Amino acid sequence: MMRYLPILLACVSLVALSGCGRESEDGQTVVLTGSSTVAPVATDAAKRYEESHPGVRIDVQSGGSSRGIADAMSGLADLGMISRALKPEESELRSHRIAMDGVCVIVNSGNPVSDLTKEQLVDIYTGKVEIWSDLGGGDGEIVVASKAEGRATLEVFLGYTGLDSADIAADVIVGENQHAIKTVAGNVNSIAYVSIGAAASEAAAGTPIKLIACDGVAATTEAVAKGTFPITRPLQVVSHGELKPEAKEFLDFLQSREIDDIIEGHLYVPVPDR
Amino acid sequence: MSRFRIDKAVEFVLGLLAIISGGLVLLVVWFLFQGAKPALDSGILLRLFTDEFWQPGSARDPQFALVPMLVASFLVTILATALAVPVGIAGAVFHRFYAPGWIAKWNYRLMELLAGIPSVVLGFWGLMVIVPIVNRFQPPGQSLLAAGLVLALMLLPIVALTSQAALQSVPGEQLQAAAGLGIGRARTVWCIAIPAARGGIGSGILLALARAIGETLVVVMVCGNIAQIPDSIFDPVRPITSTIALEMGYATASHKALLYAAGLVLVILIGLLVGWLSFRRSGDHVAVN
Repeated sequence: MMRYLPILLACVSLVALSGCGRESEDGQTVVLTGSSTVAPVATDAAKRYEESHPGVRIDVQSGGSSRGIADAMSGLADLGMISRALKPEESELRSHRIAMDGVCVIVNSGNPVSDLTKEQLVDIYTGKVEIWSDLGGGDGEIVVASKAEGRATLEVFLGYTGLDSADIAADVIVGENQHAIKTVAGNVNSIAYVSIGAAASEAAAGTPIKLIACDGVAATTEAVAKGTFPITRPLQVVSHGELKPEAKEFLDFLQSREIDDIIEGHLYVPVPDR
Repeated sequence: MSRFRIDKAVEFVLGLLAIISGGLVLLVVWFLFQGAKPALDSGILLRLFTDEFWQPGSARDPQFALVPMLVASFLVTILATALAVPVGIAGAVFHRFYAPGWIAKWNYRLMELLAGIPSVVLGFWGLMVIVPIVNRFQPPGQSLLAAGLVLALMLLPIVALTSQAALQSVPGEQLQAAAGLGIGRARTVWCIAIPAARGGIGSGILLALARAIGETLVVVMVCGNIAQIPDSIFDPVRPITSTIALEMGYATASHKALLYAAGLVLVILIGLLVGWLSFRRSGDHVAVN
């Protein structure tokens, strides 16, 4: 019998510990799923909200804008997070904008090129221009990095350039923003496009990347706020039909001025007019 | 309870657990099949093998070629295994027959540490260290070679540790008989120890192969993810596992069904591989490991 004591103790403590954790007293949970760009903001906002509303628990999961749309439509999530505008076929959902973000082009900080026009970007990404010297840069083949299918960042980029995903001639395909940033940081001839928030914070932290001006407009969060930066996208939360009261309250919180500092902390831009 | 009853109860429980384990595998395959049905129903199956590119999201020209990714999975697996197996076996031989005690002990511990490194950490390391090195030879750096190298690192401890255990269990009498006959150490190892241990070494290689086909996170960071049949070892490739990892979270319903179909093809391939290898090995009368 004594031989089994350690195992028994382990089982008992597991059962006891399973009672710990963030339980809400009356079991009210609000579920948000979707864009991995919006998720960090939603998570921080959720923490702040739970402090002032102890009865409620907010559950934030990422999985991409497509998941946000799908889960909101099917009811698996109370609110979906998306980092783009709604498409016409998604008109059953209502969108609520909470912030703005830009998609900027990044190159290695050792690359002399610091601005590109839309036509030059299209040429680079369709493979018409293959070496940096054609654009005023140094010697070296351009290593083109593009995002994988289904990502909102890719769709925004395609919307801006007017390309179809079949037109893109990439050398490397990346998944997350971090993957793109590390690719560019490690290769002096590489180019990629990522969310401005992610790029700006990495550049500020010393990663050897450089944000490129698009059509003469420098890629900064101020430009996104002013509306002068050409490649922007709305960070939104979508809902389907009537929301339960806890979800409605959290939605109002997300759209209020109270989380402006969270949005700015993640280097996105609070929506100015509300 | 009588010993007979206890024995029967144990037999029942063990049998139940074994059947559940086996049944889970079948459940996974069935689940994949259900997920893939929309794609299979829509007649895409043939296109999986005849299209040229993988562009499921394209509005203008959607294409669904699975063949480049199958080739990539195959090539990455072969390359990584070819790199890891000789090094792993050599390490195990050194550990068992040549190394002084303290080196052997610390080498073993380092191997176990390597086995414990999470694949995502190794993938990021590969992206930051191996890719720039490969890039100096030939851009873009993220390539079949990089994927093979980093994946080989993941497989190395598997091969090394299982080979080491297999060599350890070679009967001492055989080695002593060899010494008694005056056979030198190198020849003892090559002609007696390794053949005697080939069952365990074979299991190690099989484990490594299965791991290599399925390992996703390491590969997706460093392989370049371009769905093409590579012309050289420096070309980027995209194994099936990378596609599923990159796109599953963001896929629309029909795209998701395609990914399930790709997963199903992969599982069938692995099943065939494992079946073939087991069938071959059942012909050897090797010592039970």
